Amino acid sequence: MTRTVRYVVFGLGATGIGLLGVFAILKIPAFGASSHPYRDASIPAAVKHATSNVISSINFDQRGLDTLGEESIFLASVLVISVILRPAGHETERRELSEGRPLDSTVLGGLVFLPIVLIIGLDVITHGHLTPGGGFQGGVILGTGIHLLYVAGTYRMFEKVRPVRPFEWTEAIAAGAFACLGISGVLVGASFLANVVPQGVFGDLFSAGTVPLLNGVVGVEVASGVVVLISKFLEQALTVRSDSGNPQGNGHTSRETKTPDGQHP
Amino acid sequence: MTAIIGVALTMVLLGGTAVVLTEKPARQAIMLSIYGVLLGILFLSLAAPDVALSQIGVGTAVVPLVVMLAVKRIETRT
Repeated sequence: MTRTVRYVVFGLGATGIGLLGVFAILKIPAFGASSHPYRDASIPAAVKHATSNVISSINFDQRGLDTLGEESIFLASVLVISVILRPAGHETERRELSEGRPLDSTVLGGLVFLPIVLIIGLDVITHGHLTPGGGFQGGVILGTGIHLLYVAGTYRMFEKVRPVRPFEWTEAIAAGAFACLGISGVLVGASFLANVVPQGVFGDLFSAGTVPLLNGVVGVEVASGVVVLISKFLEQALTVRSDSGNPQGNGHTSRETKTPDGQHP
Repeated sequence: MTAIIGVALTMVLLGGTAVVLTEKPARQAIMLSIYGVLLGILFLSLAAPDVALSQIGVGTAVVPLVVMLAVKRIETRT
């Protein structure tokens, strides 16, 4: 395919889609109008299953299959990152990192905010069916919040506190638990991912059936996935270095003397 | 369209332009983080708090961190 042919094909496709877009935009309702057919269908369905947070009901109850696909995508992307970001044949992990000390204010801020962020993350996960948020949002808060330990300390200390292998296990087990909760609906006689747990009273902590269970499972998976993801990137950025042609391959290059933030030792 | 939504949309417009016009990738990651907060405010003013939480969690915390770590890794190689 020559360049001109490519441009012609692109021009035809873009014109077609542009025309369709113009026709679509001319027919959409005004901003902030009062006709919402999806709302008229989904909110009564959410209230019928005693779920206060309609978004969580849509995510885990009415369109639970889409969320299963979304969590599989997350699991697959973390898996791909783990595979791609292994040290290559000519790279080694440095054993000694010459790191500086963080500022006292950073240490204070990190230690003060760490329990607050962890509690907020747990709160967002467990109250996903009542207040805005849910499993994914709370999982991201937990997964990034634990890195306040790295910000307030050194990388070697952080590595001791955060072993990566348990987080890999919990991520995989939680992803499987999502599918198992769906299969439990089939075993009881309803459809896959149906809401078969007793639903309770609207607004209680133990309401909405399977939605808080799925929220918790997704929260564990996303938190573990974020920790594994960031751990691979931190490993690459801080510890893995190329052997620049050293025949012994012991990794001692001239870059060894640089601290991770590029200042002189 | 209320005033808050108008102000939030304008800030998102300016923030997006600022992100695109930033040169170095490390600085662009920080601008992306600020842009994420502006987008979160826009989503909140449009009555979508779940989306705002997701946006702030992913677009402000995770993606700029990953970008900056990748940039650091590439820069120490060359």
